[in-house]
Amino acid sequence: MQNENLSLYQDFRRRLADNDIWYSFKHTPMAYISAIAGLTMIALAVFAPLIAPQNPFDLASLDLFDASMPPSWMDQGDPRFLLGTDDQGRGILSTIFYGLRISLFVGFTSVFLSLLIGVSLGLISGYVGGRVDSIIMRIADVQLSFPAILIALLIDGVFRTVLSKEIHEDLALYVVIFAIAISGWVQYARTVRSSVMTEKIKEYVQAGQVIGLGSARIMIKHILPNVLGPVFVIGTLHLALAIIIEATLSFLGVGLPPTTPSLGTLIRIGNEYLFSGEWWITIFPGLTLIIVSLSVNLFGDWLRDALNPKLQ
Amino acid sequence: MPLLEIKNLTVKFPSRKGDFTAVDDVSLSVEPGEILGIVGESGAGKSTVGNAIISLLDPPGYVSGGSVWLKGERIDDLDENLQSAIRGKRIGMIFQDPLTSLNPLETVGAQLIETIILHLKLDEKAARARAVDLLNQVGIENAEERVDQFPHQFSGGMRQRVVIALALCSDPEVVIADEPTTALDVSIQAQILGLLRKLCEDRNVGMIMVTHDMGVIAEVTDRVAVMYRGKLVEIGKTDDVLYRPTHDYTKSLISAVPRPDKKVDRFPLVTYIEDVTERPDDMKLSDMWLGKTRDYEDFDGPMLTVENLKQDFVTKRGIFKRNHKYFTALKGISFDIKQGEVFGIVGESGSGKSTIARCVTGIYEPTAGDISICGADLNKLKDKNRRNYYRRQTQMVFQDPFSSLNGRMRVENIIAEPIVFHKQAADKAEVKKIVDELLETVGLGIGAARKFPHEFSGGQRQRISIARALATRPRFLICDEPTSALDVSIQAQILNLLKDLQEELGLTMMFISHDLPVIRQMCDRVAVMQSGEILEIAETEALFNAPQHAYTQSLLGLMPKFRH
Repeated sequence: MQNENLSLYQDFRRRLADNDIWYSFKHTPMAYISAIAGLTMIALAVFAPLIAPQNPFDLASLDLFDASMPPSWMDQGDPRFLLGTDDQGRGILSTIFYGLRISLFVGFTSVFLSLLIGVSLGLISGYVGGRVDSIIMRIADVQLSFPAILIALLIDGVFRTVLSKEIHEDLALYVVIFAIAISGWVQYARTVRSSVMTEKIKEYVQAGQVIGLGSARIMIKHILPNVLGPVFVIGTLHLALAIIIEATLSFLGVGLPPTTPSLGTLIRIGNEYLFSGEWWITIFPGLTLIIVSLSVNLFGDWLRDALNPKLQ
Repeated sequence: MPLLEIKNLTVKFPSRKGDFTAVDDVSLSVEPGEILGIVGESGAGKSTVGNAIISLLDPPGYVSGGSVWLKGERIDDLDENLQSAIRGKRIGMIFQDPLTSLNPLETVGAQLIETIILHLKLDEKAARARAVDLLNQVGIENAEERVDQFPHQFSGGMRQRVVIALALCSDPEVVIADEPTTALDVSIQAQILGLLRKLCEDRNVGMIMVTHDMGVIAEVTDRVAVMYRGKLVEIGKTDDVLYRPTHDYTKSLISAVPRPDKKVDRFPLVTYIEDVTERPDDMKLSDMWLGKTRDYEDFDGPMLTVENLKQDFVTKRGIFKRNHKYFTALKGISFDIKQGEVFGIVGESGSGKSTIARCVTGIYEPTAGDISICGADLNKLKDKNRRNYYRRQTQMVFQDPFSSLNGRMRVENIIAEPIVFHKQAADKAEVKKIVDELLETVGLGIGAARKFPHEFSGGQRQRISIARALATRPRFLICDEPTSALDVSIQAQILNLLKDLQEELGLTMMFISHDLPVIRQMCDRVAVMQSGEILEIAETEALFNAPQHAYTQSLLGLMPKFRH
């Protein structure tokens, strides 16, 4: 055998070259374009403090004389503000970078949280079965009969009454994340549960039992890696949804406060000025939101098809 | 003029690594009333020939050369409409799996009548009469009543009869049967083959029988074509090919078929296969980790004692336990296995033989009865360490090499897991050494360690599975149909390996199989099972020479007539 002494890196390269998904990625324009667009958005968000022309949260740098300026290529535009400014003199481009940061943070953390809840409950439900399964799945069914946005509103409302206004203001970000996470776990749980039920009767699981491995070890080490494929697909699609739910909540005014504006908050603020002709305040954050959710969605669509052996 | 003729057929499957030629320049013909067998191992392209005739190749496969002629008329270049008119009307098809070739939502009659009306343009009443008549012909009793039943109300064998009726309902000139009996038990297989033979003769239909089973070939075909890697290596009268083969591949294939008539020491080595994986000759297990250390207590009695074992499965759940409905898989069975013995369990599907293995290994908890390994009843043993000690002595090799290995783990981790779990090695370096030794032992070479299971063929995966089972240093190995998913040549290799390991390590083995010749080659004593009961236990030679129970006698009578 020739490849006995392959290094880890070479081994990885060999497997990558062999991999159908990587091949499909390289040969599907939709996949790599959306991946590039998505990664660019993430990079903009992560490096916002370095690349944004202004810091919109630095109150000292704000000047009300700069307020409501149109984009720089129009009359009365200012070269300092490429996409114009809002009513408080913040540069739209900079607020978008920072808004993207918050939107993506909310998106990723809430998806991660609902993935964690959903996958764990789905795994337990599918593997243990019986009464535990019935209880978890009935809760899921009940939750599934409400729209996700309603659940998120409900949870946000509960926190609003429980917490005092100041504390809520500080915790708003985490309340929103929690609300979105809770509204989305059911899909993961159901998908994982059904995959687990088909996996757990396979012989490799029995082989683990014959060795004497415990249930927890079999669930986590053997079954879990085999059921994660579809979860990643749902996760990507859910990421776009989570960003949109956050934007919707913020647009409705129950999400993030104007002091820490996400894309949704920006769109809401801009919406008030739309009819006075200052269209740029709402249009540019809106476009950004569309690019983000579209690229993530298209990437998720491709991933779903690439992982589905029936379509190959 | 032959009924169906294939001239220089070539089928290619394009892929990103270049074209794969599945069928390479194959020519053959079928006469009316004749059964032509196409035999070969998996990947030989035998099913692809059948699919190409009816233009139903799986995408992206395509016919890249050659032609198909039906009664002197070329049919492979017709347009899709004309082809589908031929398919089902002039060429009937019988597929392997009777579970999936019928629509579960329609009655058997509705499916037959639909096809009859489509192809023969009869009215509803005449079509129904014909459907009943066809069901009668394929040997379904009470056809008048059963025609209105749904597929799930038929057993596997009966369903395959319905599929045959469906294939015959438009009076086809040619029937293509792709592994028609592979999913069935031997007793049903014999009936179905007899039926096909009779129908061919009565209706003067030409049939192509695609199969991997030499027994089936010997039983019903007039002529046989042997395929190897897409090429036709030999074609001729069945008797000539089976008993006077000329091509080396045919010779080695036939030599690998287990003999039903007498026990041989080893299976003849098959050299004509691709993944030739053999252990180095100079390997001495006694110098290695597996053979060197003895870490178990001596025990004089039998390795395994099973007493009055009962196993129920809940088939329908009620709210309370007393409302559950049960199916009894094992009806109180008793036997014991002596140390160092190979004990066979034979029976048809549903006889409960695999359930025994799963009870003994602790996958199922028995409803009642005692299972003792070296005198210790594991279900009553409270001490976890002691239980693991006995658990470790018993390992199992599973049937399906594709689902019995976790596809997300590297081979080295798969084999290392039991070693680490049972703390058989002091450190990582030692684990690695043991894994390498085990891979050598099963004839894979240490290069296999870093790969994933999907990079191996079925036979190689079964070797990995054996290596994993040996990794706990068991004294008792349970093999549940270890070769029934493999080709005969690979089967011979795996059975040789198991025999060697059994002798060199002094393993006790429980060998479960539905295949009587394999049982005869492997086992010292055999238990015959039927519907959850053991009918007869006897020494292998005694059982095969003078079976006591009527069921055993009938099973032996159904063994393929193919003799070496």
